[in-house]
Amino acid sequence: MGTMNTDRLTEKLVPAIRDSVTSLPQPTADALRSAKESADGGAAVQLEAMLEATDIGEREATPICQDTGVPTFFVEIGRSSPYVEDIGELESVFTNAVRRASEEVPLRPNTVHPLTHDNPGDNTGRHVPYIDYHMADGEDITIHYLPKGGGSENMAQLTMMTPGRGIEGVKELVLERVASMEGKPCPPTVLGIGIGGGANIAMNLAKESILRPVGERHEEPEIAELEEELTEKANALEVGPMGVGGQPTVLDVKIEYAHRHPASFPVGIIPQCWCNRRAAVSIDPDGSVEVIE
Amino acid sequence: MKELTTPLDPEEVAELEVGDPFTVSGKIFTARDAAHEKLLAEHEAGNEIPVDLGKYPCYHSGPVVNKKDGRWNIVSAGPTTSIRMEMFEPDFMDAFGTRIFIGKGGMAEDTLAALGKHGGVYAQFTGGAGSLAAASIKEVDDVFYLDELGIPEAVWLLDVEEYGPLLVTMDSHGNSLHDEVSENIEKNLEAVKSDL
Repeated sequence: MGTMNTDRLTEKLVPAIRDSVTSLPQPTADALRSAKESADGGAAVQLEAMLEATDIGEREATPICQDTGVPTFFVEIGRSSPYVEDIGELESVFTNAVRRASEEVPLRPNTVHPLTHDNPGDNTGRHVPYIDYHMADGEDITIHYLPKGGGSENMAQLTMMTPGRGIEGVKELVLERVASMEGKPCPPTVLGIGIGGGANIAMNLAKESILRPVGERHEEPEIAELEEELTEKANALEVGPMGVGGQPTVLDVKIEYAHRHPASFPVGIIPQCWCNRRAAVSIDPDGSVEVIE
Repeated sequence: MKELTTPLDPEEVAELEVGDPFTVSGKIFTARDAAHEKLLAEHEAGNEIPVDLGKYPCYHSGPVVNKKDGRWNIVSAGPTTSIRMEMFEPDFMDAFGTRIFIGKGGMAEDTLAALGKHGGVYAQFTGGAGSLAAASIKEVDDVFYLDELGIPEAVWLLDVEEYGPLLVTMDSHGNSLHDEVSENIEKNLEAVKSDL
């Protein structure tokens, strides 16, 4: 068993958080660029502004969007990692990294007490940074950071669907949601969809599915096909960039599922805005920390 | 692209139509939910408002800021979702004579009617493009209610140069691009669902 070098991890995490809010992952930037090439009218004006904002963010190392989200981490713990016993250290490492990034980047102070409105000013608070841990195969520990804006998060929806509606019911729910959200989640979005499990599981799967890169299909062909069908049909709605009409409405649709209770068919939908920010670092068995996204 | 300057010319604003792109040079002020509530309460109480809100566009935005050499600096300032301010805007226009509202996602019938009454427009700044907006903000002229409301909710008076591109999506002639797009989406949804 090794001992995790928490200082080294913090030193990698702070710039990773900075990069996550000042640049876009390559597949997202490429998708926006290719959308811009075939867009016209108001849609083209919006896409051009998105690309320009991305360029400025990268060039000047300033947040592309002022809403730098509520700090959320997803940790995949490789069962064979020599640092499994040190997982308890991560919470304080993340809190320190978020505090430093809040001041150094800076990030907008976004954590507000629901009753008193008290804002600690450093993006920490009760259950924040929020950390989702799960076990995975392999010997690496992978840490994902997802700074997601409130505008897209406010459009999330959970439906405890009548199971008899089946997969057609899922398609209807997704398309009806895309139609009713219009421009509010800052389209073109990446739609995260979680099917099955229970209420919280469907929502968690929906959120996690957003971490999969734009353009990358689900490993199971039936799910991959459903992702493609919903991408095409969502775009046929012509909500358009920022809801001004035209193309595209979604950059991608991501679906993840869990087995469900026979009487329940939860469908979670969480849209991610065009500013599809994230970071990921991985801790190798030898203790080195690599920024992987 | 039309280039508006402040103090705003009421006639020039009233002439803007849905689909017109434009920029603003001069001053704008930010106001989100809490700032609207605060400003209206101050007006109601007969207290003096520190700036003439009728002269400048109102930007629905909560910026990221820092201090450089003791002066406030706007780091990123994209628009927030405007519909949350629907409950305030008709009263806001009556109280202060504000003519241009800028945000994202559009607003609804009460604001559209008030825009008609006051010869105003609602314009959309591309959501998420906070760095682009910040690039056009030259200086923080002043900030009001900062201690009481906090950074994102305070009223920031900003000096801007060619701030935009802004797209008129609701005008003073009763037109709303949001309504047109909504109708089209509804029609498309029926077609797509019948083909599942």
